[in-house]
Amino acid sequence: MITANGKKNYRWLGICALVLALVIWEIAAVFIVANSFILPSPPDVITAFIGLVEKGRLFIDFEVSMLHFVIGLGAALLVGIPIGIMMGWSRKFDAFLDPVVEFLRPIPPLAWIPFAIIWFGLTAYSAGFVIFVGAVFPIIINTYSGFRNVPKIYVEAGRMLGCTKSPSLIRHVAFPAALPSIAAGIRIATGVGWMCLVAAELFGVSNNGLGMGLWFYYDLHQMDCVVVYMLLLGLIGLLIDMGFRYSMDRYFLRWQVREVA
Amino acid sequence: MGHLAISDLTQVFCKDDGSELVALDHVSLEVKDKEFVCILGPSGCGKTTLLRLIAGLDISRNGSIVLDGEEMRGPSPKIGFVFQEYSLFPWRTVVDNTAFGLEMKGMSREERYRIAERYLDLVNLSAFKTSYPSELSGGMRQRVAVARALALDPVLLLMDEPFGALDAQTRNMLQTELLDIWEKTQKTIIFITHSVDEAVYLSDRIIVLSPRPGTVCKTVSIDLPRPRDRTSVAFADLRRAILDLISKNCAVQ
Repeated sequence: MITANGKKNYRWLGICALVLALVIWEIAAVFIVANSFILPSPPDVITAFIGLVEKGRLFIDFEVSMLHFVIGLGAALLVGIPIGIMMGWSRKFDAFLDPVVEFLRPIPPLAWIPFAIIWFGLTAYSAGFVIFVGAVFPIIINTYSGFRNVPKIYVEAGRMLGCTKSPSLIRHVAFPAALPSIAAGIRIATGVGWMCLVAAELFGVSNNGLGMGLWFYYDLHQMDCVVVYMLLLGLIGLLIDMGFRYSMDRYFLRWQVREVA
Repeated sequence: MGHLAISDLTQVFCKDDGSELVALDHVSLEVKDKEFVCILGPSGCGKTTLLRLIAGLDISRNGSIVLDGEEMRGPSPKIGFVFQEYSLFPWRTVVDNTAFGLEMKGMSREERYRIAERYLDLVNLSAFKTSYPSELSGGMRQRVAVARALALDPVLLLMDEPFGALDAQTRNMLQTELLDIWEKTQKTIIFITHSVDEAVYLSDRIIVLSPRPGTVCKTVSIDLPRPRDRTSVAFADLRRAILDLISKNCAVQ
């Protein structure tokens, strides 16, 4: 297949691989393992999915998880971007805050779970907090490096054109110049935050949530339902990433897209 | 108005090893209103340092820079700057780049687009107003940079080897265009170059700097009528005279 821009389209190869993976899974489940507790087959999973949809549980789980995720990621954006901007713009602020950031950063987000519970109780905010811890550092680091790498000539051009104060230089010159890097940081942060979701919900902030649902069915030993939740977590994560990339490229980074094309 | 007087300007840089580098040593010069002056000198002679000081991008504690009777301290809207490298904002379209300075002044979108389009017309790039800089050639980018600097209507335009990265043909074309713009807009222009040919073609007056420490070595008035013919005998004589001057009097000691 040849697309409009003259490049060969190899998408069908990817589809082949997905079909192949499904076939291997089916063969392994039915003929090799032959035990739907250890490895549920694709038809088992589809049946389980239909059952879960009929119960209505999946939608509630989805809603609750999205709430946790939005709280965590939203807080990470609100905290991470300003900190990253200040560290990237001012050497003094960088020297001041860098040791703290570098010290806190290696602590795994899940290690914060005890304090999340103590500080926020068993609420959506404590799950959100764990996601926040996972997401905030990629945002800080990428915003920081984006600002550090703003070509000096853009700042000087801005100054010569009447943009002389720091806040307006940040807003009109440095921020747009750093946006590709900031966007990459947010993308990494969504990924990390999404991974923290299952663990964040594990400690029982509510009876619902995709991560909570997964553990619930594990306790019931309904492994086909566990696979449904795993696949959903993967699929939703993928859709969030695709949606984010699409909207960034479409609305904020058009100049960059063209640069590549 | 666009009268610039520089007196006793000295700029010393501290190097990492603690020693001092004198980039400019008691430079004094004057540029008259509406004059086109080229500053000519080899790399490392302090040309760019001088221009950055005039622009207010760097500050010197020694000497004074006075534009129309006003002592310059920091960047001013009275001075436009065209950089050597590509300095257009890649995230803004051509017209938004050109209108940037007007936007900073708080002008409404309608009004600033009207003015920006007038200057894009002047550099013959109206057709590209919605393009992004990455879609333009090097010569076109520098023309937008000129339009962007002019949009704020400065009295003095500083140009730091703006055509240095361009091929010879584009360069000659832009030189002619620049003279045309200069005549239409009546700006004072200080243009930095290391090309004798460029300096003789463009300027009313050439200021030759000597290298390390940068001092004014010689000032040469170019009285050839415009448009100038690069292949004429008079043009060649002037080029030879200036090249001689540089190698005999203004070379590295």
